[in-house]
Amino acid sequence: MPRFSFLEWPVVRQLRDGDILGRGTAVTSQHTRDKKPRTVEADHVAHSVCPYCAVGCGQLVYSKDGKVTQIEGDPDSPISRGRLCPKGAASEQLVNSPRRVTTVRYRRPHGTEWEDLDLETALDMIADRFLEARRRHWEETDEKGRTLRRTMGIASLGGATIDNEENYLAKKLFTAAGAVQMENQARI
Amino acid sequence: MANADCIIIQGSNMAEAHPVGFQWVMEAKARGARIIHVDPRFTRTSANAHKHIPTRAGTDVVLLGALINHVLSNDLYFEDYIKAFTNASSIVSSDFQDTEDLEGLFSGFDPETGSYDTDSWQYSASQEGERVGDASTFTGRDGSHYTSGHAGASEAFGAGGPPLEHGLPERDETLQDPHTVFQILKRHYSRYTPEMVTETCGISRADFDYLADSLVSNSGRERTTCFAYAVGWTQHVGGAQFIRTAAILQLLMGNVGRPGSGIMALRGHATIQGSTDIPTLFNLLPGYLPMVSVGEHDDFAAYTDSIGRSEQKGYWANSRAYAVNLLKAWWGDAATAENDFAFDYLPRLNGPAGTYQTLMRMLDDGVDGYFLLGQNPAVGSANGRMQRLGMSHLKWMVVRDFSMIESATWWKEGPEIDSGELRTEDIGTEIFFLPAANHTEKAGSFTQTQRLVQWREKAVEPPGDAQSELEFLFDLGNRIREKLKDSTDPRDRPLLDLTWDYPVDESGEVDPEAVIAEINGRFESGPDAGKPLTSYTQMTDDGSTSGGCWIYTGVYADGINQAARKKPRTEQDEFAHEWAWAWPANRRILYNRASADADGKPWSERKKLMWWDDEQKCWSGPDVPDFPADKDPHDPGDTDAGGPAALAGNDAFIMQADGRGWLYAPTGLVDGPLPTHYEPVESAIPNPLYPQQSNPTRVSFQDRHNLNAPGTSGTHQDVYPYVFSTYRVTEHHTAGGMSRWLPYLSELQPELFCEISPELAEEVGIEPYGWATVISPRAAIEAIALVTERMTPLTVAGQTVHQIGLPYHWAQGTHAVVDGDSVNDLIGMNLDANTQIQNSKVTACTIRPGRRPRGKARQELVEQLQREAGLTLSTGDTRVTAPDFPEGTHPEDIDLSTGETIEESFDLPAHHRQGPQSPGLSEDGKHEQGGEED
Amino acid sequence: MGLLSGPEADPAADAGWGHDHDRKGFFTDTSICIGCKACEVACKEWNHNPQDGNLQIMGSSYDNTGSLGANTWRHVAFVEQGKDRIEEARETGRKLVSLGMPSIGPRSGASTPGGRPGEDLSRADTAPPDTPEFRWLMSSDVCKHCTHAGCLDVCPTGALFRTEFGTVVVQEDICNGCGTCVGGCPFGVIERRDDGTVAPKGQRGRVQQDVPNKGTANKCTLCYDRLVEGEEPACAKTCPTTSIKFGDHDDMVESAHERIAQLHEQGMTEARLYGANPEDGVGGTGSVFLLLDEPEVYGLPPDPQVPTKDLPHMYRTAAVAMGGMLAATALAFLGGRR
Repeated sequence: MPRFSFLEWPVVRQLRDGDILGRGTAVTSQHTRDKKPRTVEADHVAHSVCPYCAVGCGQLVYSKDGKVTQIEGDPDSPISRGRLCPKGAASEQLVNSPRRVTTVRYRRPHGTEWEDLDLETALDMIADRFLEARRRHWEETDEKGRTLRRTMGIASLGGATIDNEENYLAKKLFTAAGAVQMENQARI
Repeated sequence: MANADCIIIQGSNMAEAHPVGFQWVMEAKARGARIIHVDPRFTRTSANAHKHIPTRAGTDVVLLGALINHVLSNDLYFEDYIKAFTNASSIVSSDFQDTEDLEGLFSGFDPETGSYDTDSWQYSASQEGERVGDASTFTGRDGSHYTSGHAGASEAFGAGGPPLEHGLPERDETLQDPHTVFQILKRHYSRYTPEMVTETCGISRADFDYLADSLVSNSGRERTTCFAYAVGWTQHVGGAQFIRTAAILQLLMGNVGRPGSGIMALRGHATIQGSTDIPTLFNLLPGYLPMVSVGEHDDFAAYTDSIGRSEQKGYWANSRAYAVNLLKAWWGDAATAENDFAFDYLPRLNGPAGTYQTLMRMLDDGVDGYFLLGQNPAVGSANGRMQRLGMSHLKWMVVRDFSMIESATWWKEGPEIDSGELRTEDIGTEIFFLPAANHTEKAGSFTQTQRLVQWREKAVEPPGDAQSELEFLFDLGNRIREKLKDSTDPRDRPLLDLTWDYPVDESGEVDPEAVIAEINGRFESGPDAGKPLTSYTQMTDDGSTSGGCWIYTGVYADGINQAARKKPRTEQDEFAHEWAWAWPANRRILYNRASADADGKPWSERKKLMWWDDEQKCWSGPDVPDFPADKDPHDPGDTDAGGPAALAGNDAFIMQADGRGWLYAPTGLVDGPLPTHYEPVESAIPNPLYPQQSNPTRVSFQDRHNLNAPGTSGTHQDVYPYVFSTYRVTEHHTAGGMSRWLPYLSELQPELFCEISPELAEEVGIEPYGWATVISPRAAIEAIALVTERMTPLTVAGQTVHQIGLPYHWAQGTHAVVDGDSVNDLIGMNLDANTQIQNSKVTACTIRPGRRPRGKARQELVEQLQREAGLTLSTGDTRVTAPDFPEGTHPEDIDLSTGETIEESFDLPAHHRQGPQSPGLSEDGKHEQGGEED
Repeated sequence: MGLLSGPEADPAADAGWGHDHDRKGFFTDTSICIGCKACEVACKEWNHNPQDGNLQIMGSSYDNTGSLGANTWRHVAFVEQGKDRIEEARETGRKLVSLGMPSIGPRSGASTPGGRPGEDLSRADTAPPDTPEFRWLMSSDVCKHCTHAGCLDVCPTGALFRTEFGTVVVQEDICNGCGTCVGGCPFGVIERRDDGTVAPKGQRGRVQQDVPNKGTANKCTLCYDRLVEGEEPACAKTCPTTSIKFGDHDDMVESAHERIAQLHEQGMTEARLYGANPEDGVGGTGSVFLLLDEPEVYGLPPDPQVPTKDLPHMYRTAAVAMGGMLAATALAFLGGRR
């Protein structure tokens, strides 16, 4: 610990700084004097957009060591002018939530508990089931012999909370597979 | 919105659902604008409005129709504007009969199918004996017609609706001919009087006058009024027509295409706009092209013609180009002129395949697998019980989300497990929960409610197994294609020929910019091969260009991600064209041609936006012209050419086939060319305007779990004497997946509550902040009662109507910070025929003090009330109540007991087609099991 | 004198910072608050404050937070009022204006408070255009950062200090949790932090929060760590309607007076300022409020006094008493000599 000089004694500082009653400069600790906002200490700031409603407020995402440390409004945005509603302001808690699930969870048919499953296996199982469901409910023609060329065995719901690019690939893939039952929050 | 002189917020609670957007309303208010909030409840929006007008949910057409009547009867409309820009002068076929003639129906209704043949709604042509037909007059190759009048066939057409053959209807510019749109409009709304508003909506004369005066005094050359709406309009049977009524009113007042005008659609999710533009929806392809429907689009020519005929005016005439570009983007070299660009690779629809139709199919074991991509239908979709029961019929589900949402845990916990209706061990549904990357862990774009495409930068890597949907889908596609690679089955060609070759970085992640570049489009051949397109006007229909979504063309112009531009607002004007990119072509105010008069001069200096620069021979102004930039205002248009060239110099509404704003819609809506008031299905109020009680085209599902309250039919209307409406509160988000898991949000609104008036509380005996149980014909839930004067009883048609408010964010589960009952369990599935969207805003119920029963007793209480009300499968299904049915058809000719709905055409299996004698509802009220498999 | 009570133009200077710093503060205009509570969340997020309360509806309209405390440094109150109450508020506000109360009035030295120079507003047409029968007051409360701060004055350890911005901040590394400040605050803002763990209904073993600064005094810092880098406080930045305004204190007070004048012109005489009077019991506050009713309606004390205001008087009295004692003792001894 560095030698605490006589000149730094609070009483002395009271007299030196003119802080007679010892309510200001005389009582500040080094910790206080070193204070800096973590926005300045971030090693990366990403320009992003709020994931909640459709106003599209700009968000600045501060991160350090690969973890998000702060999310607040982007003052440059002509839409939001740096402001966020309570949900947007809580985005950091959304992305860092301890309740978030980060591994694959699997429930087998008639199972009573969740189980672990590695991602690679899960993805392969899903691909198999996709093709099987597609096959089982394939409809080549309708009752009048007109081409349908589709499957009703697969359905999908969701899209308003994922990216445009993701919706594009989803629609592209599913349509090519003949899976027409795609829907999202817009229908609700 | 900040430039509006008056803002009418109706069907929206903007301050609570779009708080940061609401700053612009406050900005307008600070500049002196008048803010009016029309809503059944006094909300945080009302607290900041100048006036709150309480109204009965579902009666918006009466209020807006009365405003239309008011401005028409008193000559308060903006005459120069409607003459220049609307179809007021167009003449409609003399076969057309209005609701005034047919007791609430339009001509062409077919009670068998529950749909309209829209032939008689069409314009008259300028040649004697001809008609400007709609697609129903077009003959397909094998003689099949477009069944544009067929209810539910809205999915057969894209956003432009069925086309007009050409854009030249007969006109009477004096607006006197009784067959002009103008006169038809007048007549249609002639009984929508202020007295009718008081009678139907419960709005006082003083409040109506206030609203009317506010609108009128803030419209015209010098002033503009803006409407804002959200799901308070869309979530109704007839919701599309509610919006149409506002559109008609705004057109009459000259409030479209001008600063501070228009109708602001306030959508609710990060990229819900994007997810309809680039749609994960059953009925659309990117850019609002329709999915192919069997019998409607028998070949590629029929398909493109159904979207837009090359002879019609405006930009839909180029439908072939847009479709070719999409097909080229998807199937690349396999899409050639010889094979109609792989048109046959597209699967066909034969009726609606919306989420509720799919649910019915699930209950019949017709669906094996279900992907949930960030949506929570167990809580967020109507009729939550059926949603969860439906999931128990699936073979497998893939749930992609951040946390254990209720749609992933329903097999283990939830109302059906509590009651024993479902047993965990009996449920065979295999479930994969795949953790999803959040918005900071992936780059990509959202499209905001005002069509603004904004790019997000990636901040950090996703943890553990979490991956983006982009990565997941790309990988799924790769696996599927790998597994099928040796297939010789022609049905697999679309998958194998798909362009599926996106660049990945070192960590295996797909480059999202490559995807948006594909969406934008590029030159496929010629000297510019490989270069991105700059505008959809560059799209050709010969395969030399490609583009995944024509309305987005330009977002990647010059190889620059325009959506990622972030020039600070302080360095731009208020349009901020260099912040992100709006479709189409970065235009910020649509139809801005209408901000100038027929001669191209601004209507006033104060409301100046775009104008014709006669020296430069182009349209000028701070926004991108939403019009051919060099088209003279006096250009008569080259009608032989079709397309944009056919537009006249004052055809501001460039997407319509006649270039006009439609006061009357000859095509595009399946339940009428003019909005008409119908009572919601469960309403106990007889329709004050017509004998036809409810919307005759509505989509309904007969099911033991989807019974309707008696409404005005039958007796025992006292079992469900009240109505409730659902809504959001600021502190939470939709079905709770992104808010109930957060302590900071959960503590702000921890528990499910209902809002009731002090009068209702007294009538029923509910204590302030005490428990209350709300029971509908489908379910029972409990909530803390907020007794507040913000809810007011209304006097409607001599009755007192009590409306109850219920926010819908909570669900039963053990994984979130807070839980509660799911309000959407109460709501039944009754859909609008245009959109397949359910009614969430007017549901019959009763309310009583105290908590609800637990376990089996919960649903037994529901069934007890069903019995008391004498509910059967066909309750509320009477389609036509107009006694003198047109064309000599009498109600007794229609077999109402089977309640045949248009679902017949969709060929669903027998599950839901049970009549009253079905085993579904037995004497002692025992419910049937959902029929779990395996 | 200005050190303990009465008008004090530059509290930071008194605390040793010199005169080169501008005093910063809030102006919270509750007439444009939309009750969204973004301020509550943004504050919690920035300061990593723990979740508060017991996750049950509190029973106060949409307010489930209750009051300011160790874990909640911005709190939004909701008050539903009917016609009678609105008219009463309008009347009391009008009386404040016509009495010439110094709490309302432009600083330009107008003859009539509450209006433009020379304009007498007490008889102006006071019927606002669209008189509602109902109103819902919403207001975001925050630490007042008083000119004469009770918490600061009574703190025995020097944990609380006046910053260069004129704000009052707890140094969490010094505070020993004695709690003297809690009694010293006339507004009931500062509190000691509890363990912070919340047991939700039924004790379902949910993830507990990691609570910083347990046991010590906690309150709004006016985002001191942000101000030192020239950034604005989290609440002010996030407020969608700028109901919370931040800036130089003088500017804030001036805006407040202008806004009052504007509202009074529109007939909304119920509007009044709170904390803008340098002669009030705490010397005026760093966080000025525009209220639409009596302070008590919002849960605010109508006449807050800093406890150390009476200190000089107390010392004098004590000195007199001491002097008297000495004199009496001396007299007693002198008397005894005879």
